[in-house]
Amino acid sequence: MNQTQEPAYRVVTGPEGLLPPAAAIMGIHLPEDGEGLVEGRIVPEEKAMEAAAIAMLTRKNPTLFPGPLMLWGWNDHTIEKSAPFFDVANEIPGVRIIPMPDYRPIYPKIDPEAVINPCHPNLTIWHNKIEACIFIGVHCHFANITLKMIRAGTNCYTIALCAEAGHEDAMASVPNFTAEKLKNFAETLRRVKKNGVKPLYEGQGIIPSGWAQIAGLTGANMVKPAEEMVEAGFSHDLEKGLDENEE
Amino acid sequence: MSEGLGEEVKTNPQGDVITAAPAPTKEAKKGAAAQRVVDPDYLFLQAPREKTFITGSEAAKEAIRRANVDVAISYPITPQSETMQQVGYLYAEGYVKDYYRGEEEYGVMSAIAGASRSGVRCLSATAGPGLMRGLEVISSWPGGRLPAVLLIMCRVINAPLAIQPDNVELSYMLNTGCLLFHAENQQDFYDYSLAAFMIGEKPEVTLPVAVAVDGFFVTHARGWVSLPAADIKLPPRDCYHEAVPMMDNENPPIRISRDAPIQKSNFISYQMHASWQQEIWAAQERSRKWIDRWLGGLIEVVNPKAKIMIVASGSAVSQSREAVRQAAEQGLEVGLVKIKSVRPFPADEVRAALDHAEKIIVPEFNYVGWLAKEVKSTIRGSERVISGPRVFGGMSMPTELILEYIMGTPNRR
Repeated sequence: MNQTQEPAYRVVTGPEGLLPPAAAIMGIHLPEDGEGLVEGRIVPEEKAMEAAAIAMLTRKNPTLFPGPLMLWGWNDHTIEKSAPFFDVANEIPGVRIIPMPDYRPIYPKIDPEAVINPCHPNLTIWHNKIEACIFIGVHCHFANITLKMIRAGTNCYTIALCAEAGHEDAMASVPNFTAEKLKNFAETLRRVKKNGVKPLYEGQGIIPSGWAQIAGLTGANMVKPAEEMVEAGFSHDLEKGLDENEE
Repeated sequence: MSEGLGEEVKTNPQGDVITAAPAPTKEAKKGAAAQRVVDPDYLFLQAPREKTFITGSEAAKEAIRRANVDVAISYPITPQSETMQQVGYLYAEGYVKDYYRGEEEYGVMSAIAGASRSGVRCLSATAGPGLMRGLEVISSWPGGRLPAVLLIMCRVINAPLAIQPDNVELSYMLNTGCLLFHAENQQDFYDYSLAAFMIGEKPEVTLPVAVAVDGFFVTHARGWVSLPAADIKLPPRDCYHEAVPMMDNENPPIRISRDAPIQKSNFISYQMHASWQQEIWAAQERSRKWIDRWLGGLIEVVNPKAKIMIVASGSAVSQSREAVRQAAEQGLEVGLVKIKSVRPFPADEVRAALDHAEKIIVPEFNYVGWLAKEVKSTIRGSERVISGPRVFGGMSMPTELILEYIMGTPNRR
């Protein structure tokens, strides 16, 4: 839907604060087929893919978050996406793949190296120091609530490659994301690298989920994210409360 | 009086006489079987239509006939009963796949929630006290992201008991998260009810839609309604392309939860719940595009340059149209803003339509003046709003009453 007036609000990397508004409430509209969203602005689809590609190649600890619609063979559409999904992963050196297998909250504690969960997605982002990520195959409701929570407390650049109408709360989003568009995205990654964008983790391969366990089993130690990440911040200092676990 | 002698009269356990309609004819059943699915754009906007003179209840029936409904569940209450009786005929003829009477509204709305979770197209209808009884469950539908259509035939809800027209119940619907359309007449009731299914089921919306109409004034009165042919219908609900997974126990993964038990006492749980609530209202915003496309906008404006503007919804719009015509006979131009969609509320459109107005009149069929409050909280210069005239408890609204407010405000200098 074409926006008649550009809204003042921009969907940029956080931390945005305790409870950012939903971008849709702030006047951000979803793109039509052939368009994309970058930081709340409607752009041609290829521009959104380019912005997503650059973020994934140049920001720290890039990560793919495949959801149930990517992980399970629900229908032909999801099955035909699996091969191009790995094409995309192979074009992003040092990319992590951390799945969102379902939406049930995981208590008492998630393993943030193995999964991301919509009830506490920021834990996975913080733990792995992820500064760029792609959500794909996540049902729209859970993608949206996740995207807002990540924008609230992390500096992660979020990308939503959506099979439906797209996501206002991601920094970059493309709607109607078919297997064909996934192939185009792999091609976009190749193109931006050819045009001079140097990947941050040149030479590294895919880092599977559960990297710490794998490192423990194999003795490998090349995948632990070493970079420091920005702290979550609020617009004012919070009083330190009582430590509930103190004896 | 010998005609009835010797005939067996069936009664229920309470002794009430059971009446039954004749079984549908083979011809009637053929009609349902012969229906073909068409594109919603064609059904709503392009298909040739013929005018017919029917009641609001019959208009709803014609919408349901073309809506490809899987399950219709309700509990009878005046003035909704007639519509759901009509839907019963559609079930008998094969247009609706399943249909039953729940035990009461709480159970009805719970059953609709379960049916919607399973991915089928759902319909219910209620009125006044029935809506109040079902409201707790209805308020949980949006958070469950449960597409369903709820027809509300407005009537008095409060004591002293009455069944008469009064739309105060819609004030309780404003903050549930459901989309809420308010039909002016029989035509609207047909159009809004049919489009509601497709709007609520859009992946980026995935919300229940309530379509309200003022009971009796519209449900039991006849009006001209343009209908497309009965041999076409909407595509079935496509639950595999919605914002949440359906409860599918036959296909893996069967245990993907859609309503997370997030009642843990920690900040992360609170944050998730907050983000979830935000998403419901964000989804409402996304419905605007489809309301614009299929209902021709969230508002309609008559005489947009007039200095005196009326804002109304439901059957108050019809009375206002007549008042506008009568004012014109007296040489006074009066404008009218018809609110079609109460949720999402057309804030930008209302602000733009009323920016120039010197006096804004909001006639309503309820005591609390919920629409006047909405308008006042939306526009710049709320002192321009005259909250009235209002009638309630079943009273009709003579156009002369609106004209009094146009010409001056009663009891004000």
